[in-house]
Amino acid sequence: MRTSATERPGFVWVAPALLFFGLFGLAPVLIVGYLSFTSWRGLGDPEWVGLANWAALPGDGQVRGGLVITMTLTALCWVTQTPLALAFGVWSAGPQRVRAVVSAVFFLPLLLSTAAIALVWKALLDPNFGIPAQVSEWLGLSHSNVLGHSSLALYAIVFIVLWQFLPFHMLLYQAAARQVPRSLYEAAELDGASGVQRFLRITVPQLRHTIIASSVLMLVGSMTYFETVLLLTAGGPGNATRILPLHMYNQGFVAFEMGYASAIAVLLVILGTGLSLLVVRATGYSRMTSQREGM
Amino acid sequence: MATGTRPGTSPGTGPGAGSGSPGRRGTGSGSGPGRGPRRGPAARLVALLRPRPGSRPAYGAGIGAALWLLVVCVPLYYLVATSLRGPGDYMSQGPLSVPETLTLDNYRNVFEVGFLGFLTNSLIVAFGAILLVLLVAVPAAFAIVRSRSRAVRISFTLFLLGLAVPAQAVIIPIYLIITRLNLYDSLPAIILPTAAFTLPISIVVLTSSLRDVPGELYEAMALDGAATWQVFLRLVLPLSRPGVVTVAIFVGLNAWNNFIFPLVLTQSESNRVLPLGLWAFQTQYGTDVPGLMAAVVLSTIPILALYLFGRRHLLSGLAAGFGK
Repeated sequence: MRTSATERPGFVWVAPALLFFGLFGLAPVLIVGYLSFTSWRGLGDPEWVGLANWAALPGDGQVRGGLVITMTLTALCWVTQTPLALAFGVWSAGPQRVRAVVSAVFFLPLLLSTAAIALVWKALLDPNFGIPAQVSEWLGLSHSNVLGHSSLALYAIVFIVLWQFLPFHMLLYQAAARQVPRSLYEAAELDGASGVQRFLRITVPQLRHTIIASSVLMLVGSMTYFETVLLLTAGGPGNATRILPLHMYNQGFVAFEMGYASAIAVLLVILGTGLSLLVVRATGYSRMTSQREGM
Repeated sequence: MATGTRPGTSPGTGPGAGSGSPGRRGTGSGSGPGRGPRRGPAARLVALLRPRPGSRPAYGAGIGAALWLLVVCVPLYYLVATSLRGPGDYMSQGPLSVPETLTLDNYRNVFEVGFLGFLTNSLIVAFGAILLVLLVAVPAAFAIVRSRSRAVRISFTLFLLGLAVPAQAVIIPIYLIITRLNLYDSLPAIILPTAAFTLPISIVVLTSSLRDVPGELYEAMALDGAATWQVFLRLVLPLSRPGVVTVAIFVGLNAWNNFIFPLVLTQSESNRVLPLGLWAFQTQYGTDVPGLMAAVVLSTIPILALYLFGRRHLLSGLAAGFGK
């Protein structure tokens, strides 16, 4: 057994992982495609109905509306999270003790589950016993039901998502900012560059891979806002916050139209997977070593 | 203007951070800005007197950070304060007022509505998923790093593709598979898909931590006549420990916080996990907000403990695979 070739582990070492992941991770993608051509009530066997579900999709106002709300929500979340995460992440990467202490507090929302965060905010925004009741009393406003307001509800969700996910993205930027070679800053300082200039000319370009990775993670993660929306507003008031994943959930597990829900799901897989393939490209394995190119 | 040592978090947090940036290592021990190896004392003094980049006050960011600190702290204060209020206090006092009387009754009530059962279920799910992932992912990562087989390379590509599958979008076929396996409304029904959907990132993390192992180590063992499984036990397992910790925390947190799998794949109270328990509590005892907040606090304590005692590991687990 001297040749090193015989010592290399073979396919059998990967097989259990692949089988397991194939069954619960990859097969569902194929099955959801199949189910989208069937009628299935959750019990018994799915019944082939051809293109019926797909034909119904364009006429479903909640699909079109849901698509718009999903994209609005995703865009608003990106716009609010990215600049703040970048600024706070870089700030917290500094060596000062106070920054370390403050960022330790910033990370606290990471410890709470999505369900916990949604329920705390729901109580905090309660129209009778929450903060809006008090604020509207001070300001003499009539509307204290934020989550029951047709346009405020969506902004409230954007804010809660920001509260929940900012620390995660901050963490990515903090780790990346610490990898930026100090010599760059020293050189810039000798050249008399101001703090803002150093941030824009050195920090931001050096963090470009992180910016891409974090952004794409946000886009893909928008699928998980489903849980927050379900717990906070359940899509309401009216359809104001009925994002597409929620519409799928309602069709599948409330109305038990699982065939039709699968067609919506395929739409989501195409959206989500298209975006996530960008994750692999952006954070990609092969690129990890070349992140600091030019150094 | 001291050369501040980096407190708490070590430089280069995040999985696999060890491979990069030689100049960013030392905390303290006089390793100031001028960390280049061959500098004269004069140059070092100059470097020391110069303000460290980023060490001068950044007023804009500082004010923003102070504001955000408030935004983070208000809900957390509300959470803890409300969980300690009596029911009358909650109705009559403002949401952010200091509670007049503190009571632990809410916490006691939470235990009376089955909290311990939910906690136990959550722990079983978390450790079950961790165990399952590690059991298949560590050998897989070993093969991916060391094997030259085409099948292994293709498998790795499949795992990377799997990164792109959003769990929420395929919940219906997962429901189908779980019901066909007669696992509906059981804890394995949560464990299996949770493990499967954390597997790709786990494999990426483990693979990159094993990539850093020099090939000579494997070859030396091969020269000693060690079989593959011996290499695995004596070399791979010990060396993959940092990756294993990161993966365990990543998988555990995912299982702990997951909402959609338990929501769709279980129904009876005996199989309820914590996040679902919180929701059920809210639906059942909607007006008992102090009780709900007590339940939220209790469900967070295990993670808080992890944060206090292993902050670096927790954060690297959170950012698993993307912390670079």
